[in-house]
Amino acid sequence: MTDNSTPLSSRHVIDRLGIVIFALAVAGLFCPFVLFRANRIVAGEARYALDALPGWPGYFLLAAVGTGAVLALLRLDSRLRLAVSFAALAILAVGLGWAVDSVTPAGDKISRTAPALGFWLELLAFGLLAADSVVRLGLKPLSRIALLIAVSVAIATILLSGIWSDLSVLREYANRADVFWREAATHIALALGSLVAAALVGLPLGIAIHPTKRLRAVVTGLLSAVQTIPSIALFGLLIAPLAWLAATVPAAAAIGIAGIGAAPAMLALFLYSLMPVVSNTLAGLDAVPPAANVAARGMGMTDAERLLQVQLPLAFPSILAAIRIVLVQNIGLATVAALIGGGGFGVFVFQGVGQTAMDLVLLGAVPTVALAFASAVILDAAVELVSVKGRT
Amino acid sequence: MKIGALSRLAVLILLGVFLARPDWFGWLFTPLTRNGQAAIYTQNSLLNLTLNHLAIVAAATLAGSIVAIGLAVLVTRPAGREFLPLSRTLANAGQTFPPVAVLALAVPVLGFGAAPTLLALFLYGLLPIFENALAGLASVSPDVQEAARGTGMTDGQRLLRVELPLALPTILAGIRISAIISMGTATIGSTVAASTLGETIIAGLINSNLAFVAQGALVVGALAIIVNTSLFAIERHFSRYRRDQR
Repeated sequence: MTDNSTPLSSRHVIDRLGIVIFALAVAGLFCPFVLFRANRIVAGEARYALDALPGWPGYFLLAAVGTGAVLALLRLDSRLRLAVSFAALAILAVGLGWAVDSVTPAGDKISRTAPALGFWLELLAFGLLAADSVVRLGLKPLSRIALLIAVSVAIATILLSGIWSDLSVLREYANRADVFWREAATHIALALGSLVAAALVGLPLGIAIHPTKRLRAVVTGLLSAVQTIPSIALFGLLIAPLAWLAATVPAAAAIGIAGIGAAPAMLALFLYSLMPVVSNTLAGLDAVPPAANVAARGMGMTDAERLLQVQLPLAFPSILAAIRIVLVQNIGLATVAALIGGGGFGVFVFQGVGQTAMDLVLLGAVPTVALAFASAVILDAAVELVSVKGRT
Repeated sequence: MKIGALSRLAVLILLGVFLARPDWFGWLFTPLTRNGQAAIYTQNSLLNLTLNHLAIVAAATLAGSIVAIGLAVLVTRPAGREFLPLSRTLANAGQTFPPVAVLALAVPVLGFGAAPTLLALFLYGLLPIFENALAGLASVSPDVQEAARGTGMTDGQRLLRVELPLALPTILAGIRISAIISMGTATIGSTVAASTLGETIIAGLINSNLAFVAQGALVVGALAIIVNTSLFAIERHFSRYRRDQR
């Protein structure tokens, strides 16, 4: 980067990551674009882009992907690279919809057409290009959230427009739209409910044990031991005591506590969430500069005032970072709740695994990943915003 | 630490006895059964399931460590610098993927059995090791690098004798995190017919036999805690070693 002696040599024109993206995109052109199955069970027939999209749309798609691949090779301005990747992804999205539409016989409701290897490779190639451009642009927190919203709106537009309505995943969705939204609500309730409970318990617990060194060691040791227990094992271990509780205390059964179902899942997620909240509260309080405490005492603040007006505001970025960790972790772990009848997106994942129906797995996995990813982007941006504010 | 080591040994011995002679503990699990259900899972020996479980986790963690450390070394060399920012972001974003989703999506590619579980464990386990290896390699101060260069070390010598040893404690922490996540994911691997300890839990859930659920969960939980504390002890040993060397 330091030598400018040969400004036109290939080293300065060709982007190294671009070579990888180019290779993936070109390889994708030689792979089937969609997979057609006459019904849910039979083996699929691969269709290449030119077969699935006869006439000019097929050639246009190939030309657009080829141009995008070549542009990815070049060292261009990151903004231009981002625009290229979004344009390619948009063309691929519409092309997929048209390909599925033209492959599906008119009026047919039982065939299933899914994206094939070629589409996935193009998605990977231009997704990488987009991610790399965003990283190189070094966007500010608010711009990252704005970009997330823009991408979400674009995806929602595609879904609502009906271009993809014949896609196999969306046919699975159409068959169980009510169940989908019910499980979505359960999933979010499990992840958020356990987070709120963990914050309400973990924050005071962290503050209470902060001054006592021995108590801190015991509590954090216990909580980190809980964290190492695999999720399905912890769900399983909680079934027995909760079943006993429901059997012996009528009031517990009346509010819906049972051995199997949402109660053990909620309790397990709560236990997993406690450790990050408590340990980050402790770390945040530890990081309060002694001078700030001395100054607060000097101003005549009581201990309670000092906690609320000095210590907690200074520890807030660290506590928010814990909320980020817990939320992303809980959204992922809540999928396992389906195994003990707790509901959530895991229902589709495990049903799909049981029926070897990839579309059903995707119907559960894609929203879970999207939720976790969006929460991570938003809360990372929030943590950065409050940390910057705290410093100035 | 003495008490910690002793209780770890006690858990290990208890686990060993339970795995060798599960029938001795039948009375403990009978209260959890209903209508004369079996108290101890006998479809498959608990010892075999445990060994299988550990073998899958060990294989995936070993493969993951080799690939992840190799990649981290590559992107921190001058030739791979261009990949560094993206790979850091991908490792971070990849960890928002739930391990269950990775596992379920591996099934169409590899079918049922141990193979999809191994692939999911390997892919997902890469990320924490890679992230920690990057952090460890980045934390080697430029002064140390300069001093190593001054003593006439080649790039390869510097990597093997200076950078990797200094990054070792952080890398080991990544391996520990990866192994613990893999212990849990391997348990869920039973839903795709991998023969792991999750088998007892799933069997218990299907037959609503809480005794099976409890013994599977207890063995996995004890195993996870033993693996975690042992790897943590190794990690502490090396960071202490590193401090003493200074």
